[in-house]
Amino acid sequence: MASHNESILREPLITGKDITYARITNEVLLPVENKPNKAWWMGFIVSALGALLWVGAVSYTFYYGIGTWGLNKTVGWAWDITGFVWWVGIGHAGTLISAVLLLFRQNWRNSINRSAEAMTIFAVICAATYVVSHMGRPWLAYWPLPLPNQFGSLWVNFNSPLVWDVFAISTYFSVSLLFWYTGLLPDIATIRDRATGLKRRIYSILSFGWTGSVKTWQRFEAVSLILAGVSTPLVLSVHTIVSMDFATSVIPGWHTTIFPPYFVAGAIFSGFAMVQTLLLIARKVLGLENYITMFHIESMNKIIVLTGSIVGVAYLTELFIAWYSGVEYEQYAFLNRISGPYWWAYWCMMTCNVITPQLFWFKKIRTSIPISWVLSIIVNIGMWFERFVIIVTSLHRDYIPSSWAMFYPTWVDISIFVGSIGLFFTLFLLFIRVLPSVAMAEVKLLVKTSSEQSKKKLLESGVIKPEEAEYYKESLTKFDSVDQADYAKI
Amino acid sequence: MSNIKYILGHFEDPDDMMHGIDKLKENNISIYDAYTPMPIHGIEDKLGVKRSRLPIVAFICGITGTFTAFSMIYYMMVHDWPMNVGGKPAFAFPDFVPIMFELTVLFCSYGMGIAFFFRTHLFPGRAPRVMDLRATDDRFIIAVDANENADHDKINSLLKDAGAVEIKHNERRYVSYE
Repeated sequence: MASHNESILREPLITGKDITYARITNEVLLPVENKPNKAWWMGFIVSALGALLWVGAVSYTFYYGIGTWGLNKTVGWAWDITGFVWWVGIGHAGTLISAVLLLFRQNWRNSINRSAEAMTIFAVICAATYVVSHMGRPWLAYWPLPLPNQFGSLWVNFNSPLVWDVFAISTYFSVSLLFWYTGLLPDIATIRDRATGLKRRIYSILSFGWTGSVKTWQRFEAVSLILAGVSTPLVLSVHTIVSMDFATSVIPGWHTTIFPPYFVAGAIFSGFAMVQTLLLIARKVLGLENYITMFHIESMNKIIVLTGSIVGVAYLTELFIAWYSGVEYEQYAFLNRISGPYWWAYWCMMTCNVITPQLFWFKKIRTSIPISWVLSIIVNIGMWFERFVIIVTSLHRDYIPSSWAMFYPTWVDISIFVGSIGLFFTLFLLFIRVLPSVAMAEVKLLVKTSSEQSKKKLLESGVIKPEEAEYYKESLTKFDSVDQADYAKI
Repeated sequence: MSNIKYILGHFEDPDDMMHGIDKLKENNISIYDAYTPMPIHGIEDKLGVKRSRLPIVAFICGITGTFTAFSMIYYMMVHDWPMNVGGKPAFAFPDFVPIMFELTVLFCSYGMGIAFFFRTHLFPGRAPRVMDLRATDDRFIIAVDANENADHDKINSLLKDAGAVEIKHNERRYVSYE
């Protein structure tokens, strides 16, 4: 049958009284079907100014070349690759939520997957623009593709992880886009069938003519499951290959086998932090408290503390291996990270990524919205410093002390980075306005099984053991969207 | 004969709709299709819809991607222009693996995606063949072909008994999208 009762011991995924299918549609489509409010406009103007700065700074780089950046002979990669890895990492949480959690049947993903996937796409766009602009001659950006060039039939070198990266990132972007858009079709059809005039015509084209017939849904589910199945190893492979850009080189500090798992954990860590940063605001502003509940926030915080701890173990392992390897160059690279001229970056990374996320072990902190939000931003700062530490401090003191140098960013470096954040938020804010930010069809699936009201009915029917009912009521106390008074008398 | 083409039973609850399907089938009334705002598990078996073969398409496309990547890299690195880098072998299979994997995923996803859009007739600009506008919002709809099943009153009462909140007799097949 379509529905059955879920165990009372599980926390509800949708809260609120009188949730109907129609109400879900109305609430989710509120920002799409109405004029934006002041908060949206303020956010949009600030972000759009950032995006404008980005356009200006990237155009300046294209025109004058990467000499406008603070790079020098010793430090040939700095804020560009830091920004690239940071953005790709942020993107990974979207795929993780939509694919891995689908395979593990974690139904709480249903209300956050849409916006997390959108975040993936926008983050990968930001990352890809870094790749193109760091090439120096972006009009030759097609050179890493396996095309025969004009010098004869010399091909690209498939032994190079940089070539793998071109394939990995472009595949990742394409597959994420397909996954996201296929999932959007039923929800776009909902907007289409409620709209009139020009809006209906536009959404009609975008909906590909979706009807919601039995066969369509059956195929849709098959496609979603297989896309999730192939996206799961894909997301792991992408950051593995990104880490191999470093790990297959012979630079002390980069040449380590721990990089792939360490980078993947770091990517999930920063990605979930970014989802948290965005959704804690979106939930409030868009009034989605009933769908993105305290359970979702707490679950994401648990993933943050887990992956943050994995990253912490990786940092310590790196130090241990550097000492244990007995290679003095390797030892110096790490000594230099901790106590060299970039000590502040290293300790900033350590504090933000390893120490402060441990606060999430406390339930009070895990379930506090303001603290979660601040900590999620701290994680993203820490993860940016992680990439900066790996890239710049490994390069800036190379083999001959006479060529040791420091990296100082120019205004172009800073503008591209700040601007890329503006670009990201501009795209995200536009997304919220034109497409449903919650996957309505998937949330509707939960109404009869995992909603607060269905569980309440179960409680009232009296078939639940008293100790289980007690456990359930206690788990509800953390929810800010549940009216606790209702449960006093049951 | 009347001009009625389809009889639509509107349900507010998916379980009621499933009940309605059972009722109609017990009375040998053929069901044209069901339109729902969300996937309903188990409905395919009830309506006798066969298993989707898209996973097979996905597998074939994926394996095509694997071999495409392998042959491309083998041709370029081993056959067409082998390079001597410190005497290392040109046929360095482990280095082929990442791109073979990426192209497997790419071909599998897009092959399956395109097959899905093609078989389901989904493409940008297609006129939506929707029977009722609320089927994508909050109504679960059973559509019965009115010409194949003559006893309309019986269909009405069966749907009503199963819990239909509204029954429509459509003279046009689809809602017109002008």
